[in-house]
Amino acid sequence: MNVWTGKGDRIFGAVVILGSVAYGVAALNLQVGFMTDPVGAKTFPLIVAGVSLICGLVMVLKPDPDPEIPDGATWMRLAIAVATLVAYAYALRPLGFLVPTTIAAAILSYLIEPRPRYAALAGLGLAVGLFVIFRFVLGLGLLAWPRGF
Amino acid sequence: MDILSNLALGFSVALSPWTLFLAVIGCFIGTIVGALPGLGPSNGVALLIPITFTMGLDATAALVLLTSVYYGAMYGGRISSILLNIPGDEPAMMTTLDGYPMARAGRAGDALVISGVASFVGALFATIALALVAPMLARVAYLFGPAEYFALYLLAFSTLGGIASKNQAKAALASAIGLGIAMIGLDNSSGFTRFTGGNLHLADGVDFLVAIVGLFAVSEVFVFIESHGKGSAIGVKLDRVTVPWREMWGTRWTMLRSSVLGFVAGVLPGAGASLGSFLTYMMEKSIAGAKGGFGTGVAKGVAAPEAGNNAAAGGALVPMLTLGVPGSGTTAVLLAVLMTLNITPGPTLFANNPEVVWGLIASLLIANFVLLAMNVPMVKVFVRVLSVPPQLLLPGVMMVSFVGIYSLTGSYFDLLLMVVFGIMGWLFRKLDIPTVPVILGILLGNAMENNLRRAMTLSDGDVTFLFSSGIAIGLWIAAVLGFVAPLFLRRIIRRPEVPDHAKPAD
Repeated sequence: MNVWTGKGDRIFGAVVILGSVAYGVAALNLQVGFMTDPVGAKTFPLIVAGVSLICGLVMVLKPDPDPEIPDGATWMRLAIAVATLVAYAYALRPLGFLVPTTIAAAILSYLIEPRPRYAALAGLGLAVGLFVIFRFVLGLGLLAWPRGF
Repeated sequence: MDILSNLALGFSVALSPWTLFLAVIGCFIGTIVGALPGLGPSNGVALLIPITFTMGLDATAALVLLTSVYYGAMYGGRISSILLNIPGDEPAMMTTLDGYPMARAGRAGDALVISGVASFVGALFATIALALVAPMLARVAYLFGPAEYFALYLLAFSTLGGIASKNQAKAALASAIGLGIAMIGLDNSSGFTRFTGGNLHLADGVDFLVAIVGLFAVSEVFVFIESHGKGSAIGVKLDRVTVPWREMWGTRWTMLRSSVLGFVAGVLPGAGASLGSFLTYMMEKSIAGAKGGFGTGVAKGVAAPEAGNNAAAGGALVPMLTLGVPGSGTTAVLLAVLMTLNITPGPTLFANNPEVVWGLIASLLIANFVLLAMNVPMVKVFVRVLSVPPQLLLPGVMMVSFVGIYSLTGSYFDLLLMVVFGIMGWLFRKLDIPTVPVILGILLGNAMENNLRRAMTLSDGDVTFLFSSGIAIGLWIAAVLGFVAPLFLRRIIRRPEVPDHAKPAD
């Protein structure tokens, strides 16, 4: 048997095992009040940790065949997408809706289909279109621009 | 008759212009959402929840809007199955098997009409059955104590893991992860926070809407970025739409049988619409035998799964409304709607909020007729939706997710959490781990733990109390069987081959 078949499942299973142990330890160290029921705050989380520990072991010992693993360029695109979304999450409040949305939507569009002009227009169109829908049709309280503009 | 006066109450709610308007809008949006590859009922409804709440709709209005979207998406899913060979949503997967060959043979219009009518028959049957069965089940639900509820939740997880997935360990893991996430935050009994790591943002726990939108909608964007336009199947043109009366009449028994079976499959907790369409297709295939030509583009092959999945969609509402246990991914999302509206599903819902339940049922009856009109004579409008390119659609989905969650919670932390759930959804899809049990775990985790604790408090820590009533024992046996039986059945029943690019899109 080749150890490397199903390494996706094996690695994930190992992560799950570590995670469940950590979760279980955290559960054992939970603060408990004076008045408590027979089950208490720890039991259920411990059961959950136990179940996922077993599942993690099964994944390591009996992995499924590997999925198609993305190549370097794809990982790069996914990383850019995540970075864009994180930045968008931070930018939405201080910078208002329109500017961050245009940029983030354009980047995502470009990542799906690398056509710069189309992506830029899609970003702008989505930002303006969605703003009109959200603000004027649905009446959500969105700020278009940064405060004080 | 009790049911008639109930329905009269329901229609008095549903026929108000505002509710009617919402139902029509919901049907329209739902059909579009269902037709778009990459958006299905669960992520469509998930996207709309935060926005619905921010608009400040009341319980009945929000529920009518979102269930209309749900029904609409079940209808719409078949459009891209037939024309593009890509299921618009997971339950529509079986429709590709005969729908696409029909479209290739120049009969796309016929396939759309027959499947549209089959959807109508299935959904109408299920809605009527829902009106009849739900009140009865609600009466049974009065007999449920903490021990029974605990076993029932277990049953939902085990059937979901057993029937709906290929790998038991992965499904169980997904449930455990969901339950584990549900534990985060304040513990009601002790008053201490658990698993927050001292982070104040987590003290209230993880908002299930954030998890749902992240897992169902945000992950979709990553999937599309990865596939990068790959797998865009060959589309088929739709020329004109006529009604093939004779052929449709020939499928009448198929539609009726499939509606019944689909409804039953939908009622089973944790099974849902995908199972409904799968079972009905297999049933009709074996009834027709080798001469039936299933898989080559026959009318019965599109009628069966569509009647089946729409009936199952209605059936899945039964356990959701009466017991608070969703029968599918989308009803899990609808349960999230109820919980956010502070409506506790269960027998008390029927007693205390009859206008919500019966208004919903009446709206669904109306929605069915609206959907029939939209999906048969007006189907061409929705076919046009299919030409929206992913590089426009997916950024749009993402922005709607962000705005929805942001306007609901106003917290950048929740947005970050949503992105994390999006990555998790993508990774899980890659590793073939189902995401619906995660949602179910987050939704039911606290209720499940509380019922366990209440049961143990009642019995003073005696574990046998969990198996002390007939109902509880029955549920435990069903749970164990539901989890273990598919291990053996899987060797006997094989899923039919689905083309690679026709993998479920939600």
